[in-house]
Amino acid sequence: MIKNILKKENYNQNLNSRYTKGKLYFTVFFTALMIAIIGLTILLFQIISQGTEMLSWTFVSSYPSRFPEKAGILSALVGSIWLMGLTGIFAVPFGIGTAVYLEEYAPKNKFTQFLEINISNLAGVPSIVYGLLGLAVFVGAMNMGRTLIAGALTMALLVMPIVILASREAIKQVPNSHREAAYALGATRWEVVRSVVLPSAIPGIMTGAILSMSRAVGEAAPVLAVSALVYLTFVPTDPFDRFTVMPIQIYNWVSRPQDGFRDLAASGIILLLVLLLSMNSIAIYIRSKYQNKSEE
Amino acid sequence: MIIVSIGCNLLQPILIFRILVKEKLNGKTDMLNNQAEFKNKIHMGLSKRRVITGKIAETAFFLCAVISIITTVGIVVSLLSQSLYFFFEVTLWEFLTGTRWAPILKPQSYGVLPLVTGTLLVSAIAALFAVPIGLATAVFLSEYAPDRVRKIAKPFLEILAGIPTVVYGYFALTFVTPKLQIILPDLIIFNALSAGLVMGLMIIPMVSSLSEDAMVSVSRSLREGAYALGATRSEVAWKVVVPAALSGIVASFILAISRAIGETMLVTIAAGATPRMSLDPLQSIQTMTAFIVQLSLGETPHGSIEYNTIFAVGLLLFVMTLSMNLIGHLIVRKWQQVDK
Amino acid sequence: MITDEYILSSDNLNVYYGNFQALANVSIKIKPNIVTALIGPSGCGKSTLLRCFNRMNDLIPIFSLDGSIKYKSQELYDDTTDATNIRSQIGMVFQKPNPFPKSIYNNVAFGLKINGYTGNYDEAIENSLRRAALWEEVKDRLNQTAIGLSGGQQQRLCIARALAVNPEVLLMDEPASALDPIGTLAIEELIRELAGSVTIVIVTHNMQQAARVSDETAFLMVNDNRAGYLVEHDSTDKIFTNPSEERTEAYITGRFS
Repeated sequence: MIKNILKKENYNQNLNSRYTKGKLYFTVFFTALMIAIIGLTILLFQIISQGTEMLSWTFVSSYPSRFPEKAGILSALVGSIWLMGLTGIFAVPFGIGTAVYLEEYAPKNKFTQFLEINISNLAGVPSIVYGLLGLAVFVGAMNMGRTLIAGALTMALLVMPIVILASREAIKQVPNSHREAAYALGATRWEVVRSVVLPSAIPGIMTGAILSMSRAVGEAAPVLAVSALVYLTFVPTDPFDRFTVMPIQIYNWVSRPQDGFRDLAASGIILLLVLLLSMNSIAIYIRSKYQNKSEE
Repeated sequence: MIIVSIGCNLLQPILIFRILVKEKLNGKTDMLNNQAEFKNKIHMGLSKRRVITGKIAETAFFLCAVISIITTVGIVVSLLSQSLYFFFEVTLWEFLTGTRWAPILKPQSYGVLPLVTGTLLVSAIAALFAVPIGLATAVFLSEYAPDRVRKIAKPFLEILAGIPTVVYGYFALTFVTPKLQIILPDLIIFNALSAGLVMGLMIIPMVSSLSEDAMVSVSRSLREGAYALGATRSEVAWKVVVPAALSGIVASFILAISRAIGETMLVTIAAGATPRMSLDPLQSIQTMTAFIVQLSLGETPHGSIEYNTIFAVGLLLFVMTLSMNLIGHLIVRKWQQVDK
Repeated sequence: MITDEYILSSDNLNVYYGNFQALANVSIKIKPNIVTALIGPSGCGKSTLLRCFNRMNDLIPIFSLDGSIKYKSQELYDDTTDATNIRSQIGMVFQKPNPFPKSIYNNVAFGLKINGYTGNYDEAIENSLRRAALWEEVKDRLNQTAIGLSGGQQQRLCIARALAVNPEVLLMDEPASALDPIGTLAIEELIRELAGSVTIVIVTHNMQQAARVSDETAFLMVNDNRAGYLVEHDSTDKIFTNPSEERTEAYITGRFS
């Protein structure tokens, strides 16, 4: 038997100093979290205090002008809604399709791995690069001009990874036993997808769709590259019109030195945040409502 | 239940199923004679139409997936092709090593280093701010915070992550810069410091949520082993969990910095439009992304060298962020293999 | 029965996870420097009881207990007792080997470092690895990662790691159940080797292992409310050849598991 050479007196446990250290760490970490939260609070407070003054129906319904008192966000608001809708039309079906392929059809080989790496890389590409892509391909090569449709196609490519990710998660949640039951009855893969997988996954997919459109509403850089327009005094009426969006209008106002425009920018921000908040709340509501349902 | 929910195109196999069940219930013992009959009925189920529909669906889904590849190819091709024209006029060497960026003003000079310096300066400030705070937040949420605190804190962080970057730009310009000017009177209105700090605030959620994911997935048994040796909570957090989650944490840093490098609106609004080879955060600089915006808004005719400069800078930006993202993902993949 | 004679004891211990009672009125007395086995069907609370002894159940938020549980004469769940301190005197080895993703050397050194060991680290680490019957196999690769070891080696490393803290008691929660037969044998031999120098309490679902390895055995069972209770606690010989309780005999002879 090997003898134990360790002696009790050789251990200096120093519990008190270790506990003090621990409390110090705790304080530091908690402070870190508070910095983030306080930063956000200051930001929101600043926006609300500067922006509520100008917020009015006139603001929403007028066009921008050289005079801050008369200016409004109408063109950008309508442009944003147009862009959001068109982006959704393009991004959501193809995003769902990609997710279905990856989850239900794709064999486990190098090509599939490559696809997945590719998609996660696309998610990390700076948004302005998508703008350059749109500029070169949609505006330039396909000669669509600096129109809504060029912008929407560009944004669709940008937000597609979001749709893909959310849809994949939703599809993964569908229990395999449902699929197996359908296969056992002699259904083809497409029939299983259409009648078992997709219906169950719709809430999660819708959440992803809404989140992707909300992302599209908040982006300015790629739209800038494609539309190159900052000051617009008409409302787009079809996809082949020129357009601007709220983030760009806000950028335009922020860049102007006069005080009044800063307030306008803040008002625009409030409107934008309200729009985003509503969209994200709807998405979260759908997700939680159907999550509870499926757990019954 | 399942049968009801499946839908009427499966009626044929369902009918067959019912036929089989019925005949069994009727006690038909002479199955052999009926097997050919059964086989016929079953084959009837998988009609040509269903097979073709299935194949079309499969192809359609595959093509959807291919769109992502086409996108990547499109990005690379469009960046390369448009910047190629640029590189006919300016050598790669001059571009990458020149220290004066003046593509519009005469005499023109196309050294991109000032833009790169500007980008890296702002990103470095952002990282210095976000990395420690993001990591500390992650440790707090993963190792210390009770559930109630997590439930309140996480939505806050998600909101931080979801705010459009123009809003951050506005905040930097109208609030942070004036406040900083009180402490630092030399601060110009467009400067790298404010932009960097606010950018840091913006990427904190990225560092914290990715690091937290890494730490939460450190197995419980590892923590228990450390507690059982007489370790305090902080010791378990710092000496066991963080080292075990290190690759995930480092990956989160890299991905967050890559995001900072690619960020556009914040720096366009708050950091300035003066390309400068300086590391002085109090001065105004121009980042690669801000330059692209500047030229996009100006009157740059298609095909001119100014137009092509956008793509050259865009290409450099793409290469930089792509390498960082690839490295980040590789580290995550390596960590996932070691741990599981 | 004088309490000084026992190194661990409990008196009318009741343990709850939320509203669920896991242990009911368990009174047990563990003698020092021998191997005591806790056996019984799954769900009878053997692991729960074990984890009470080194306050590991503190990590579970819904855990609560009433009754007394003592280490020597010190009340374990008293306000004056420090859990971190207790854990450096009562060590634990877990069912699934859980070495840290560090080098073999640093795994064993971990306990020394946090407990402020002032002696020679190399000597202490070698001693612990020898006592855990692992030294010969790893002495040339102390700086390699512990994750590269086999399952049985990892478990012996965890034992060495626990021994480095110089505990008086070593609690072992099914230490061999994740190992192959050869690994299991090595652990069992190790337990017999260590028996004189440290008190060992081992939970095992393997009766033959208990019979081979332990000096005393305690048999627990679930009552009608699914709470665990102590049926019989005696020398291993007696339990396995001539138990006093009928229920013990039924379990031993395999009439139920």
